[in-house]
Amino acid sequence: MLKIKNLHAKVGDNEILNGLNLEVKPGELHAIMGPNGSGKSTLAAVLAGSDSYEVTSGSVNFDGIDLLDLETSERAREGVFLAFQYPIEIPGVSNLNFMKAALNAKRAHKGLEPIKAKDFLAKVKECSSLVKLDGRLRDRSVNEGFSGGEKKRNEIFQMAMLEPKLAILDETDSGLDIDALQVVSKGVNAMRSTDRSFIVITHYQRLLDYIIPDFVHVLSNGCIVKSGGKELAIELEEKGYDWLKEPSHDIPNI
Amino acid sequence: MKGTEEENLLSEVTEKNYQYGFTTEIESDTIAPGLDESVIRTISKKKNEPDWLLDWRLEAFAAWSKMEEPEWAHVKYEKPDLQSISFYSAPKQKKELASLDEVDPELLKTMEKLGISIEEQKKLSGVAVDFVMDSVSVATSFKETLGEMGVIFCSLGEAIQEHPELVRKYLGTVVPQRDNYYAALNSAVFTDGSFCYIPKGVRCPMELSTYFRINQAGTGQFERTLIVAEEGSYVSYLEGCTAPQRDENQLHAAVVEIIAHDEAEVKYSTVQNWYPGDKDGKGGVFNFVTKRGICHRAAKISWTQVETGSAVTWKYPSCILKGDDSIGEFFSVAVTNNKQQADTGTKMIHLGKRTRSTIISKGISSGESQNSYRGLVQIHPGAENARNFSVCDSLLMTDRCGAHTFPYIEVKNPTAQIEHEATTSKIGEDQIFYCQQRGIEEEEAIGLIVKGYAKDVLNKLPMEFAVEAQKLLTISLEGSVG
Repeated sequence: MLKIKNLHAKVGDNEILNGLNLEVKPGELHAIMGPNGSGKSTLAAVLAGSDSYEVTSGSVNFDGIDLLDLETSERAREGVFLAFQYPIEIPGVSNLNFMKAALNAKRAHKGLEPIKAKDFLAKVKECSSLVKLDGRLRDRSVNEGFSGGEKKRNEIFQMAMLEPKLAILDETDSGLDIDALQVVSKGVNAMRSTDRSFIVITHYQRLLDYIIPDFVHVLSNGCIVKSGGKELAIELEEKGYDWLKEPSHDIPNI
Repeated sequence: MKGTEEENLLSEVTEKNYQYGFTTEIESDTIAPGLDESVIRTISKKKNEPDWLLDWRLEAFAAWSKMEEPEWAHVKYEKPDLQSISFYSAPKQKKELASLDEVDPELLKTMEKLGISIEEQKKLSGVAVDFVMDSVSVATSFKETLGEMGVIFCSLGEAIQEHPELVRKYLGTVVPQRDNYYAALNSAVFTDGSFCYIPKGVRCPMELSTYFRINQAGTGQFERTLIVAEEGSYVSYLEGCTAPQRDENQLHAAVVEIIAHDEAEVKYSTVQNWYPGDKDGKGGVFNFVTKRGICHRAAKISWTQVETGSAVTWKYPSCILKGDDSIGEFFSVAVTNNKQQADTGTKMIHLGKRTRSTIISKGISSGESQNSYRGLVQIHPGAENARNFSVCDSLLMTDRCGAHTFPYIEVKNPTAQIEHEATTSKIGEDQIFYCQQRGIEEEEAIGLIVKGYAKDVLNKLPMEFAVEAQKLLTISLEGSVG
């Protein structure tokens, strides 16, 4: 599904990703943890195609295509979805119109007709119930005036609508209370399937109580320094990150 | 269809137009450039006008001769040389092209994006139209329906001939001849325009649009519109066309007057996209327009405008809220790109008690353009409990453009309530990225964001107009983020 090899990326002169390697197979859920500034969100942004970062070397293969060669919107239409850490507000654009535009862009890419209104509404109903997004929030402008929790639920709603092959969740748990965390996790779990992969970026082990990862990786100074199963997350919660200072450039043994 | 057959059909069609009174005189002559009294006499004579109108024009000319071109607007341009303009040229003066192949391909591309039919494209770009039967029949049935209700909708020239008493009663009552430099000029030399009269208690069943008026596309540079809504009547009037018109005329100085009698309601919607000049600011139309309406008791006038064209725009559709409980509204989206300059806004003059006005202005600046909102809210001593609510927002697409706001508020009655909100923001790269990450291309993303920003105004437009206005916004801003 996704093969990242020796990825280097920088902002200005500041190298943030420093030879990162990661392979994610279909159906797998990988958690990426690590201290502040280790490059977690950069990895998410680079995969999504943000032009705030410059990729200096390395490769990213996504389902047989060179991901780095594609524009942001092309990557999205190929099935890469990023749930933003800080979802963006777009005043005056209703959530539903936004989703319709996104869905139809994806359908056009596949050579499909625009979705029928009836089918669209049925899908909206199904997906919004998944994260308890009520009608009020669906009809409002994209993220405008949403609380932190509502924004995160809206991200998962959008993910469900767009049915990506690869979903990257960037600190989706940040700013969520325990109830919202459960709602969001339930939504994510419902989306898990054998042909959909996840990269879940988080600071805290707490999220991984609800979303059980297949693999956990620790990112430090822009590369993965330790990989393991779900028990690694618990170990990290107890010991912190300090014991993992030495970066390892090996491809994680997964 | 070729040669004589085409000519026959064309002349047949032209005559048909004539028969139904949809074209005014099809003049082919143009008088020598320059402006003096004799020019005005010539215009008046050619149009077979009554003496009072000639006198009215001459008064305007005398006033204009003593006026200076205003310089207070936040625009810079080389003043047009009025002595080099011909003040009388026939409406169908535009050079006729033989086929669409001769039309600027850029223009065609834009029209295609707007979804304008081939026939319409030909008409708009000055290609000889070889099939206009449909429009003729549409226009005819349309005119019959209106006639039955007593609604008069015709060219101003026709109205002067057919309904001189109405024209005489109202012409210049809202925008007097000496109102300002360009209004005075227009009063002296106006060649045509539209006239619209809605009788008492009649709710005009359709949107009156200049679109239906076949000769309207070619109307000259000094057009004049007069709308009279009698007591308790309603009309929605659409001005403009949504294809970018190339026009030889550099100067457009139009006047629009609206009279809304007691409890009447007039909605006036404009989509303006005259040629804005090229990327370097060469060419383009100077659009200096005076638009004003007067509201009698409990009457309402709404101005809605989407302005994307012209090199320089100078335009303040205004409401005189004379009657008690009258309402004035102004909803505007003004887009400037490249080197365009716009200085636009409104004046709300509160005279009557409990008069209310709402102003929503959304400026969008791109390229190296300059976009100014200039508005006046004036509460006179007698306007007890008047209210105004103003919002003016500016959206910047680049860091080379400018957005300016000049709100003037004069309150002479302490019971007035005035609210004014203003914001300036830059289109967010993060917003564009967010859209792109959901699969939406950059151009579409910009369109989506801008439409969202302008939504409050676009919602006020009649449905069909709104769709085209949205497309126009997107097209006007193509490739403009930077």
